[in-house]
Amino acid sequence: MTSTTAPKAAAPTGGQVTPGRARATLAGRLTPYGYLSPTVLLIVVLMVVPIVMVISYSFRDNVIVEANPVFAGFANYTKVLTDPDFLAALKNTALFISVSTVAHLVLGLAFAMMLNSPLLGGVAKAVFRIVYILPWLFTIAVIAVIWRLLLDPSGVVNYVLRTLGLIQEGVNWLGDPDKALWAITFVNIWSGYPFFMISLLAALQGIPGNLYEAAAMDGTNWYQRFVHVTLPQLRPVIVSMAVLDLIWTSQQFALIWMTTGGGPLNTTEMLSTYTYKQAFSEYEFATASAAAVIVLLLTMILAFFYVRQQRER
Amino acid sequence: MATTVKTRRTLAKAGVLTGLVIGGLFAFLPVLWMVSTSLKSNGEVFQNPPKLVTESFSFDAYWAILGDGTQLRYFLNSYVVAFAVTILTLLVALLAGFAFSRFTFPFQKTINAVIVSVQAVPPITLVIPYFGLVVGLGLYNTYPGLILTHMVFTLPYAIIMITAYLNTLPRELDESVKVDGGTNWTALWRILVPISVPGLIAVGVYTFMISWNEYLFALSLTRTDDMRTVPIGIQLLMGQHSYEWNQMMAMSILGSVPVLLLFLLFQRRFIGGLTAGAVKA
Repeated sequence: MTSTTAPKAAAPTGGQVTPGRARATLAGRLTPYGYLSPTVLLIVVLMVVPIVMVISYSFRDNVIVEANPVFAGFANYTKVLTDPDFLAALKNTALFISVSTVAHLVLGLAFAMMLNSPLLGGVAKAVFRIVYILPWLFTIAVIAVIWRLLLDPSGVVNYVLRTLGLIQEGVNWLGDPDKALWAITFVNIWSGYPFFMISLLAALQGIPGNLYEAAAMDGTNWYQRFVHVTLPQLRPVIVSMAVLDLIWTSQQFALIWMTTGGGPLNTTEMLSTYTYKQAFSEYEFATASAAAVIVLLLTMILAFFYVRQQRER
Repeated sequence: MATTVKTRRTLAKAGVLTGLVIGGLFAFLPVLWMVSTSLKSNGEVFQNPPKLVTESFSFDAYWAILGDGTQLRYFLNSYVVAFAVTILTLLVALLAGFAFSRFTFPFQKTINAVIVSVQAVPPITLVIPYFGLVVGLGLYNTYPGLILTHMVFTLPYAIIMITAYLNTLPRELDESVKVDGGTNWTALWRILVPISVPGLIAVGVYTFMISWNEYLFALSLTRTDDMRTVPIGIQLLMGQHSYEWNQMMAMSILGSVPVLLLFLLFQRRFIGGLTAGAVKA
């Protein structure tokens, strides 16, 4: 196609003007904005306007419920930041996201390295890869019901632990205030490691083989090659994945809502469930908006680190 | 000497295989238990000792779901919303990707940065104003309300991926169309779109999955059974009956089938596109 049209291009224009970039008319300069207009419209409606709305809600009294809410200054923020439930949610979220992210990284890296092992045949790799990705293919609602079944006091997890003699009687993993947070963190680890694994597998395959050959010639062992070749090569991917995972995990709502609902006794309350309850259970939309803005600010801090990391690369 | 190297290799291989099997069980056993439970009668779900296959093995739980009009409606709703989100996202993202890939213009970097940053905005922050907006626009408990709000998740990713895909296609392709008297518009639709089909499929599959799985907006912006989607349907099944575990598992499996099928069909392309997006975004 290109070859047949090329001579034509030379003839009429005499090769003086590059086609396409020829007319720098007003209409021409506006063309890209035309193509972008649906996107810009949607971003304004779906992000700019809502963020302005939620910020303005957060400075008023009783929005949505009342017709003419009055300006309330920072009252909603003071209320949220002194609410022991909010502070508990903040602490739980911090623990939940940091333990989840570290575990995702460790499991994802271990599985990716095993899947990348040169000792393994192609078929075995393909089969194991699908098995390992499985947890990630189920929607959170499904993951929540699977684990409610498995972790039930008379469920199969308790049966196995009892048979092994690790516990005496069935434990109510999701209903015990001392264990619920760890139980949902475990479920979140199970559902989230594949994304790390996929990205790290791609990154491992991108490490030049001659780095390992050179290291092997120097007489290094497996562990030394892991510490001095693999980890430094994976560092940029690990750091950006970890920050992304912190952001995503902090936004986890469905899993907590469908397993513990933030209970028992607020022990699994997260920033997301706290905010949701303020809005849709208590109908305190102004307080909820203040909490939502705080969540947004915390996320922006994480996102800032992510962007800085991307720039360095 | 040669034998020790060989034994060490065999040992290493056995070690890796053992590790893979243990990890595989960790990933697979919960899924196996879900399938097993869906094929039991509800009375056998917590029997002691637990069995993988019981005497009353049957597909009754599946027929119960598939014979229930309310449950089928959840599936219809999920398909309508996910297909509409996919088509609209691809259309809008294609136009935006074309602008980013083929033009240089003022504020290009700024607009791009805003699009990328949309991905980080917490859904819980958006759901409160969305509730206000959707009620105000009369879109509460409607398909358009859900379709529109789901696009906030799908659009940024789709634009980033499509821009990257179009950047790999040589500019000479569209130049040749313009030489023949075509416009940007014809270059996009006659040349770029047909050869971008593989990339568009990968983005479309991912878009479909995001919308199919979305929970928070579906929970907050719909109210009645005729608008609820599958994830909410699964949750409603938990309260509605006194825990029909076999039916909940059957519904969960039926609700996962579209995503599992799409993934198996497009695995390769999908993983490639996904990692490229995650690492470069």
